[in-house]
Amino acid sequence: MDVLFLSRVQFAFTIMFHYLFPPLTIGMGALLVFLEARYLKTGNPVFETATRFWTKIFGLHFALGVATGIVMEFEFGTNWAAYSRYVGDVFGSALAAEGIFAFFLESGFLALLIFGWDKVSARMHFFSTVMVALGSIFSAIWIVVAISWQQTPAGFVIREQMTPRGLVRRAEITDFWAVVFSPSAMNRLVHVLIGALIVGSFFVLSVSSYYLLKHRHEDFSQKSFSTALVLAAAASIAILISGDFHAREVAQYQPAKLAAFEGLFTTPQGGAPFHIFGIPDTKTKSVRYDVEVPGMLSFLVYRDTSKPVSGLDKFEPDTPPVLLPFFSFHIMIGLGTLFILLTLYALFLLKRGTLFRKRWLLWVFVFVVIGPFAANEFGWVAAEVGRQPWIVYNLLRTSAGLSEAVRASQVRGSIAMFGVIYLFLFVLWIYLLNDKIQKGPEPASLPPRTSIEGALDAASRYAGHTDSLTEDKERKHARPDF
Amino acid sequence: MDLNLLWYVLLGVLLTGYAILDGFDLGVGVLHLAARTDQERRMMMNSIGPLWDGNEVWLVTFGGAMFAAFPNAYATVFSGFYVAFMALLFALIFRAVSIEFRGKQESAAWRRFWDYSFCLSSGLAVFLFGFAAGNAMQGVPVDAQGVYAASIFDQVKPYPVLVGLLTLAYATMHGAIYLYLKTEAELQQLVHRWMWRGFGLTLVLYMLVTIFTLAGIRHATRNFEEHGWAWIIVVLTVLAFANIPRAIFLGRPFYAFVSSSLTIAALVFLFSFSLFPNLVTSSLSPEYSLTIYNAASSHKTLTIMAIIALCGMPFVLAYTAVIYWTFRGKVKLTEHSY
Repeated sequence: MDVLFLSRVQFAFTIMFHYLFPPLTIGMGALLVFLEARYLKTGNPVFETATRFWTKIFGLHFALGVATGIVMEFEFGTNWAAYSRYVGDVFGSALAAEGIFAFFLESGFLALLIFGWDKVSARMHFFSTVMVALGSIFSAIWIVVAISWQQTPAGFVIREQMTPRGLVRRAEITDFWAVVFSPSAMNRLVHVLIGALIVGSFFVLSVSSYYLLKHRHEDFSQKSFSTALVLAAAASIAILISGDFHAREVAQYQPAKLAAFEGLFTTPQGGAPFHIFGIPDTKTKSVRYDVEVPGMLSFLVYRDTSKPVSGLDKFEPDTPPVLLPFFSFHIMIGLGTLFILLTLYALFLLKRGTLFRKRWLLWVFVFVVIGPFAANEFGWVAAEVGRQPWIVYNLLRTSAGLSEAVRASQVRGSIAMFGVIYLFLFVLWIYLLNDKIQKGPEPASLPPRTSIEGALDAASRYAGHTDSLTEDKERKHARPDF
Repeated sequence: MDLNLLWYVLLGVLLTGYAILDGFDLGVGVLHLAARTDQERRMMMNSIGPLWDGNEVWLVTFGGAMFAAFPNAYATVFSGFYVAFMALLFALIFRAVSIEFRGKQESAAWRRFWDYSFCLSSGLAVFLFGFAAGNAMQGVPVDAQGVYAASIFDQVKPYPVLVGLLTLAYATMHGAIYLYLKTEAELQQLVHRWMWRGFGLTLVLYMLVTIFTLAGIRHATRNFEEHGWAWIIVVLTVLAFANIPRAIFLGRPFYAFVSSSLTIAALVFLFSFSLFPNLVTSSLSPEYSLTIYNAASSHKTLTIMAIIALCGMPFVLAYTAVIYWTFRGKVKLTEHSY
């Protein structure tokens, strides 16, 4: 296995593990804003309980997102040094902007969100929640700007310079706003953000269903479930529309990628079909076990079922692999369709009032949360493998972006390191998540009653060194209902 | 002042901010095992609980700014120090999750695991920063293509290791002073002892590093000869450094913290000033060094980046100040604490 393959595998692995967390953070961030707003408006304590509960889980996901995210920023430099030299002007700027406008905002105000409940006014706390949610969205904006520039470069010029180190080519910004609004940026941003709302809302649905099935925290769960269901349904439909816009933009700017998505090896005379099912065969250049809708791809792209869509033959020899993009694209769409059907059906039952009695459906919601995680990941696999062999589309090949100085043995070592660490973190994440869900929306940490240390712990928690144990306490130090 | 110099300065500001802020976080981590009881260890973690994440962003932004402003240097350094950067990522990941995970279970074995993880990962991270600085001062074999291919074994030399120990000592001192501000009673007394130990260690190592730098690195004082005003910073460093034990002795720990922060800022300045205009000094030939001129992105990009920084950083500083102000005072464990 050569250093190129290893570096690609490492990047794919680290980014896919990282991508479990930010969409969840973005989706839950929106939810927290909504719940806390409801609490401020209605004063209903269920909303406060809900906010505090989901905030704890949010904190866990945020920390994992940060821990795995810093890896990504470093990895451009460690494994893709030549790429970094080529795109530093553009990509680096977007990343720095992400730091300045997004990371500081969300990480800073996270302090007040998680620890500031009793330190600031309710309004200030809500403001902090909004800032954290906004920060996560700003973060998505800038990273999508960077990635979209890779896919559909704009607002730049390639400068060649003769330097002491030989001929150097790199991209330089000519128009900042053209970089930000590159052809695929807004489509991708909308698609990614809705995908985040879907995973966030399905996550809430999963936890709420579990509680409903166990007949625990029923008021809390019914409210959480109903709210999340409406959001999940709306987002599932919205992402289909967004996907349509996005795919048409791919057809225009990255036609080879679309051809790979649909296993379109040769350009047809007339309309191109859309495959509901199939297994592409690169040897015979066909799609086997094919279940297709004739002319459908042409219709989706051009609104004309007989207009030919470019096949991979038009882009030889720079064609992407077919299997991974084809399967990823179709699985993503399949899952998306499932989400629409499932949420609409559940909404229908909710209106009828029979939803919470259908235990089989609640169990479905407990487990189907894996679906949005998978759909988000498969979508990215399709987008990123579909752009091969380019790392900057039509300008720089992936193989040319590799670090000159790094050897295969080093990358084998780092892949092993990430493999072990991330497996460990994954197991702990599931374990701690389950633990928190089992404990439920109760006071954050009940003092343990079984040890001297625990008793001392509890005693010290309720008395600061400057407080008296007998006089009236300020609200700040004693919350008997918690 | 040209744009390249401006960005060198801004990177220095980001690095200084990071060193001062994550310096105390990581220092608290290094000191973590000095505390014995669960209660004390919780106090230590919660002294930085709300703040460490925002502090780490200074590093992320420093990296992003380096990528944007000096992409050639970013690429050469990160790929050349591959193993060291992977070790740094290992350390930073574990520092982050140690804080987040430790309090989630009551089990003593669980908590002890994360205590060790927190301490060792913080120590490793701090050491690696010094190690990197030491290598930067010495110079590394960057070739004509601007590529630096090396193995970790080439990089582990006495001088970088010594600088790594210096940053480790610094973090211990800086973290201890911070903890002294945030704690009370027995824990504060424990921390008091570590403040003095940290100060002593830092003083000794600072002098050693200074001696080895002046003796071993020929180009270290090159810029000082041309720009004599920089010696003022050296004098101020000595004064600030002397003020640390004075402030501790006079029972004014906040001034000790300020002085400690100033010495860190001064150290970053001296390091940057010494390095200037190089970002990566080539030990093969001065022509191969990556400077703020030959490793930079285009003029337009530097301008755009400057505008972004100008728009964004005032907000960052403002709300960071507000957040620090909110968490002033002694650590108190509440239901929201780790």
